[in-house]
Amino acid sequence: MNIIDLILGDFFWRALLGGLGVALVAGPLGCFVVWRRLAYFGDTLAHSALLGIALSFLISIPLNLGVIITCLLIALALVLLSRTRALATDTLLGILAHSALAIGLVTLSFMPDIRVDLTGLLFGDLLAMSRQDLLWIYGGAAVVLTLLALLWRQLLMSTIHEELARVEGVPVERLRLALMLMFALVIAVAMKIVGVLLITALLIIPAATARRLAKTPEHMLGLAIVFGFIAVSGGLTLSWHLDTPAGPSVVVTAFLTFLLVYGGARNSRY
Amino acid sequence: MPEHLVQLNQLTVRFDERIVVDHVNLVVGRGDIITIIGPNGAGKTTLIKTVLGIQKATSGQVSLAPGLVIGYVPQHLSLEATLPLSVKRFMLLSGRPLNACEAALRRTGVGHLLNASVHHLSGGEKQRLLLARALARQPDLLVLDEPAQGVDINGQAALYELIRELRDELHCGVIMISHDLHLVMAATDQVICLNQHICCSGHPADISHDPAFIETFGHQVAESLAVYHHRHNHSHDLHGDVVTGNGPHGACNHEHH
Repeated sequence: MNIIDLILGDFFWRALLGGLGVALVAGPLGCFVVWRRLAYFGDTLAHSALLGIALSFLISIPLNLGVIITCLLIALALVLLSRTRALATDTLLGILAHSALAIGLVTLSFMPDIRVDLTGLLFGDLLAMSRQDLLWIYGGAAVVLTLLALLWRQLLMSTIHEELARVEGVPVERLRLALMLMFALVIAVAMKIVGVLLITALLIIPAATARRLAKTPEHMLGLAIVFGFIAVSGGLTLSWHLDTPAGPSVVVTAFLTFLLVYGGARNSRY
Repeated sequence: MPEHLVQLNQLTVRFDERIVVDHVNLVVGRGDIITIIGPNGAGKTTLIKTVLGIQKATSGQVSLAPGLVIGYVPQHLSLEATLPLSVKRFMLLSGRPLNACEAALRRTGVGHLLNASVHHLSGGEKQRLLLARALARQPDLLVLDEPAQGVDINGQAALYELIRELRDELHCGVIMISHDLHLVMAATDQVICLNQHICCSGHPADISHDPAFIETFGHQVAESLAVYHHRHNHSHDLHGDVVTGNGPHGACNHEHH
């Protein structure tokens, strides 16, 4: 048996490998969540992932695909609804986030033949990482990182000042769509590790920790990935040794790192 | 290069049922400085946003000269403090080479801030940074939305003077919105008083006598402007500037030549 099979045959190593893959994209995307103040938006998409799972069972398509499609649809609905200005965006997000979660749970309860591990879906499951999941994670990560690299300058400019970017010919609307697609992908793959309720934490906490030390936007991205790695490996190790739930353990580790960095390091000059 | 940089033809913008910009005609050519004034909610920002292509017109046309490069100075630079950004990086994101960026920063008087964080700049420095960024693009048209906001009173006069100099150096057109009535009046060729529609327009010296202007801004403002403007005309002449215009002021200028 070669070394790769040895690693992939062990569920702890599979989970760790998957977690690192998730952190690789959660870091950069998390920076955009922090910069563009999308925390609540991310939460809404993550909650709607459960609806996606229920729908995938209903029409029997792969779970990841169902989640990606549902997240994209909810994201588009949000953009269109917020344009009507009938309700404040945070109210709208609150309605959609919890309705999507509730509809997902109700739909799942109508399918008695399908046994799903609800706790695993909500809080992540260390044991659930299959080889196929790894394929999804690294496939998704490759797509997201490629998109980020190609669109980086324009994404950054439209994040810094949307109107200025628009006047300079940056396709602001299309970039917003691309960013949403990336969110949907990240949520679909991160769900396995931390669960739908805690995905936003994995996006925000490493990025916020990185801000304290970062000198440039790229520096912040890199640091967010590193802090994500620390959170995932620390959390999964905790989960493995103390039999704690995977998702919460990862988030607790991320939070401790955040406290350490904010307590120990001076604010970046930039 | 065609004669007109921008031509607005019966431009109308409606938000739901409310008319924000009402059948506005406007022509901006090279070397023009056009200042838009008007009360709050008069549609000033909406008007320039249609020129910038950010806001769609409900009816009427906006025609821009082909290949027109616009330098835009937004109302204020509200930057997300969570995004670490240096002045240098902000300038480089314009896509212009470093030496062009440095030259533009020096021209607007903030060359020494190249390595500073954009989050630590004062209001005046931020406005000069925005102006430098617009300048780096070598624009044919500068569009400024209340460029002197958050700048102290001495800085304001200097900023408007700088805008005028840049117009001469780049030979570009300038459209700006301003509330600093008498400062702007001194540095502008044409004033447009907007209140959804164009109430009145013309040379600053003439417009302060216009009944429509007096109705919108009151007698006191109109009189103080007339006085201020007169003084400034004289200092222009000492510099050798030619102030175009007719009426008593035009005649006054010629006497001094």
